[in-house]
Amino acid sequence: MLALVGYYEPWWMQIIKAIIVFAIGLQLVPLVLLAERKLLGRFQNRYGPNRVGPFGALQPLADIIKLATKEQFRPSSSVEALFIAAPIISILTAVAAFGIIPFGDVHDIFGTKTGLYGLDVSIGPLYLFAFGAIAFYGIMLGGWASGSKYSFLGAMRAAAQLISYEVSQGLALVGVVISAQTLSLVGIVHAQEGMWYILPQVVGFLVFLTASFAETNRAPFDLVEADAELVGGYNTEYGGARFASYYFAEYLNVIVVSGIATTVFLGGWLIPGVAVPGWVQPFVVLGKMMLFVFFFIWVRATLPRLRYDQLMSFGWKVLLPLATLNVLVTAIIVSL
Amino acid sequence: MAYSLPEDQIEVVHAPEPGGAGGLYRAFGETLRGLKTTFARVAEGPLTMQYPEEKVPVYPRFRGRHKLHRFEDTGLEKCVGCSLCAAACPADCIRVVAAENTPEHRVSAGERYAAVYEINLSRCIFCGYCEVACPFDAITMGHDYEMSDYHRSDLIFTKEMLLAEPIERTPLRAEGE
Repeated sequence: MLALVGYYEPWWMQIIKAIIVFAIGLQLVPLVLLAERKLLGRFQNRYGPNRVGPFGALQPLADIIKLATKEQFRPSSSVEALFIAAPIISILTAVAAFGIIPFGDVHDIFGTKTGLYGLDVSIGPLYLFAFGAIAFYGIMLGGWASGSKYSFLGAMRAAAQLISYEVSQGLALVGVVISAQTLSLVGIVHAQEGMWYILPQVVGFLVFLTASFAETNRAPFDLVEADAELVGGYNTEYGGARFASYYFAEYLNVIVVSGIATTVFLGGWLIPGVAVPGWVQPFVVLGKMMLFVFFFIWVRATLPRLRYDQLMSFGWKVLLPLATLNVLVTAIIVSL
Repeated sequence: MAYSLPEDQIEVVHAPEPGGAGGLYRAFGETLRGLKTTFARVAEGPLTMQYPEEKVPVYPRFRGRHKLHRFEDTGLEKCVGCSLCAAACPADCIRVVAAENTPEHRVSAGERYAAVYEINLSRCIFCGYCEVACPFDAITMGHDYEMSDYHRSDLIFTKEMLLAEPIERTPLRAEGE
């Protein structure tokens, strides 16, 4: 059965919305890219890129031009169709997941009731995990179809890591879903009008955040592309625009995870004690998302990469029991 | 009383076992400490020298590009063409051809002068032995370290180039800096 989608808008409004959400939303990727390089520099007493444009602001643009104009090639041992399809799968799923982040409530725009988000799906977190599950086909197929041992090792690691941590990530959200009694992300935000879920669900928040590092293949869980051991992991054989797609998807995933964490644990567009006007709501959400992005970068600058067995034992022996316990305790408290 | 070790034995204190709740707590604490450490680097600000705009100041004894000198009062060259610098040069990059001074054509204060004085800076290792070997302090090491060029032949500095007043492009480090 298809999931119910909370349609409020006429078709033309949906098209306008789709264009605006993605036109503005996808501009976040180069911003995050630049912020990452700048901040990593600052964390290491460096400036980071500051030569292209004022304060290096055009650096991501220069990177994209460089990658897009490069020659496309593939190893002779690769499987052509899958090799080409894999980055597309990665980027498609990342963009699809971005569509459900709510940037604001339902407002009257041009006489229609319009929600400031791409879609309000009644299965919010499930939609996210469904696309998350497809997303690692992008990594798996890319690594496998490259016909290179390093890519293959990276893909195998990705498979093991993503499956292990997706369980904990999902369970961490279950606690919130039980409390909010809804799977709709907009509904979850509305349920936080009294208190952000970061307070009652602090364990769930920490587990979700930690698992998110693993899900987005970020340091300290970036074993998938551990450059010291695997050259570049699943994307070793990729170059040019295909590599750029992988890179883009990776950063978009960081943004999506930040958006979900904001929505689920930091009350989305809500600020306690303040009635946020409609047009400010997207900025509140973006601001909170940037907090998470900053934290992701900060952790990357700080923590060394885990060993593979540490990654596995941490995921299965620490995070999963914690997440399960969190769900159990929440369920008992809610049912009382 | 507990068992006490003999004098010649040392008790080895092991780190706490990494597993368990204590290990998790310690790992979390150390993670926070690490985050604090990196954030302190942001507060410090960058230490980078923005090189082409900002130059690293050199110490007074820095050995940069060579200079040949004249006597300030008479304007005669100090170099007498003795080739001691060329003999001392471990990289063999100095070429001196000496000629006799005549009363009509007096270039240096001594009997002879350097008709040709060339330093191949693409071979020079900036050891400063030429400066030490020179009996008349005619050649000294300057402070200029920006000597890259597009052609190797442009790096062979002639006597005229070495005698010319150099453009001071590199800042000198102040006293006590």
